Amino acid sequence: MKTALGFLVALTVLTALAFAPLFVGPYQLGLLIGLTGYVTLASAWALFSGRTGYVSLATVAFFGIGAYTVAVLSETMPYPLVLLVAAAIGLCVALLVGLATLRLAGVYFVIFSFGLAELVRQLVTWFETSVNGTLGRYIFLPLEAEHIYWQLLALAALTLLLTWWIQRTRLGLALKVIADDETVASHIGINIAWTKIALFTLSAIIMTLVGAIQAPRWTYVEPAIVFSPTVSFLTLIMALFGGASRLWGPALGAIPLFLLFEWLSASFPNHYSILLGLLFIIIVFLLPRGVVGFIEDKFQRKSPADLVEKPARVKEADQ
Amino acid sequence: MSALLEVRNVTKRFGGLTAVNDLSFDVSEGEVLALLGPNGSGKTTMMNMISGALKSSSGDINLAGAPITGLPPHRIAAKGVARTFQLVKILPSLDVRENVVAALAFRHDALWGKTAQDEADRLLAHAGLESRGSEMVENLTYIDQKRVELARALAAQPRLLLLDEWLAGLNPTELHIGIELIAMLRKSGMTILLVEHVMEAVRALCSRCVVMNAGSKIADGETHAVLADPEVIRAYLGEAHA
Repeated sequence: MKTALGFLVALTVLTALAFAPLFVGPYQLGLLIGLTGYVTLASAWALFSGRTGYVSLATVAFFGIGAYTVAVLSETMPYPLVLLVAAAIGLCVALLVGLATLRLAGVYFVIFSFGLAELVRQLVTWFETSVNGTLGRYIFLPLEAEHIYWQLLALAALTLLLTWWIQRTRLGLALKVIADDETVASHIGINIAWTKIALFTLSAIIMTLVGAIQAPRWTYVEPAIVFSPTVSFLTLIMALFGGASRLWGPALGAIPLFLLFEWLSASFPNHYSILLGLLFIIIVFLLPRGVVGFIEDKFQRKSPADLVEKPARVKEADQ
Repeated sequence: MSALLEVRNVTKRFGGLTAVNDLSFDVSEGEVLALLGPNGSGKTTMMNMISGALKSSSGDINLAGAPITGLPPHRIAAKGVARTFQLVKILPSLDVRENVVAALAFRHDALWGKTAQDEADRLLAHAGLESRGSEMVENLTYIDQKRVELARALAAQPRLLLLDEWLAGLNPTELHIGIELIAMLRKSGMTILLVEHVMEAVRALCSRCVVMNAGSKIADGETHAVLADPEVIRAYLGEAHA
């Protein structure tokens, strides 16, 4: 009953949002695109990091891979196929990275994921300048802003639906058990490494698609833009602000913070980075368990293990 | 009776320390065997190698004739080894029923949904936690948490159950209940390897004992004979009591 009601509300909101382009101007539509992009990124980030406690700063690596795939292939392939190829590349990179790194624990994983994003950026830059002799690329696709918006909206809805569904499956239970106690998890038959890799890969594919779908909007892309570390940091802070281990947490965190960041960057272009840094600190200090966690605490409800309750896992990696 | 578990010349070194030294023993089908020894003699290390939590440095471990040496814990679990832990390990974010469902959901013939819930309730009732499935496991008393852990281990339908000091830390009344629970399992034909310091329990439950000291086996045989062995008494209580 509660579930049915939730679905009804979600569907109503989704329908209303789908009709939004008919009623808003181009600037507001631009805002909606950016906002939906970050809602999706933050939800996808939380799908893996919020449930495993592995804090990833590799968001922009996948986001950028998506954008660049579109930039490179949009002239030679039909658009839907380009999206498919982007998703496939995201999948392969995520599997490789997952196999190589998910044995790293705690802070080592954070550093690695940050390094990965930089590495991908440098590789693309090197390839473009020394092999192709250019730096940036133009994207000419006959896509209107509302087409991009609708695609992102569908992806956001799909991400939330996927997160909701996973919570109900054995995979969801496996994640809870792993978050509680990895030793118990492995001794009751859970393959910890594959559970994490599966989730990391799912999350990465979504991030890649966000980049791929948003790319045509920029017309011109270059590594410094689509691989900017700010994307990873914003995604992380939005998810944490809302509550990374909850279904709606990342979305609820992304909406106010995205609007705030937009306003800050427009009003204080020279001090934007400083203000951003200050905000990060304030959020982590005041709301270590996110807004959703904060509300739950206020109402004294028993809440399951949260990301920030057990951050760095400095123990032996699973075999 | 055939040997369900065979431990052959197993050694475990941590740097320069040899925690388990060339240890061999068998556990037969349907047997309840105690692994005894003073603190630090390598019992828990041996248990960890059987369950896969630790890899042995050398030697072989076979379950029903098939090697399980060096496999990761989830694969050994799938082959039919379940365990409890020296310090009780519960899943604090789950309720009592979910703690057991977790094991049902990942065993070889996995259960899920209503079937799993019902089976969890049945196992909990069996362990003495009838109709307490919805309680948060963190709020239970120590003995009740141990019951949850036991129900979770049994949910895996193990061929071999490892109990690592499952009776430790219980008060006399709880101890009595605990011994009865294990006796019930023995009666049902479960093969159990237990590490235990409570001699009352060992005498009541185990037909055979293996005693370790400083990583090596010093005795292996019928419980009453082993517990009367002067070398065993010396290892446990020191020279004066031998």
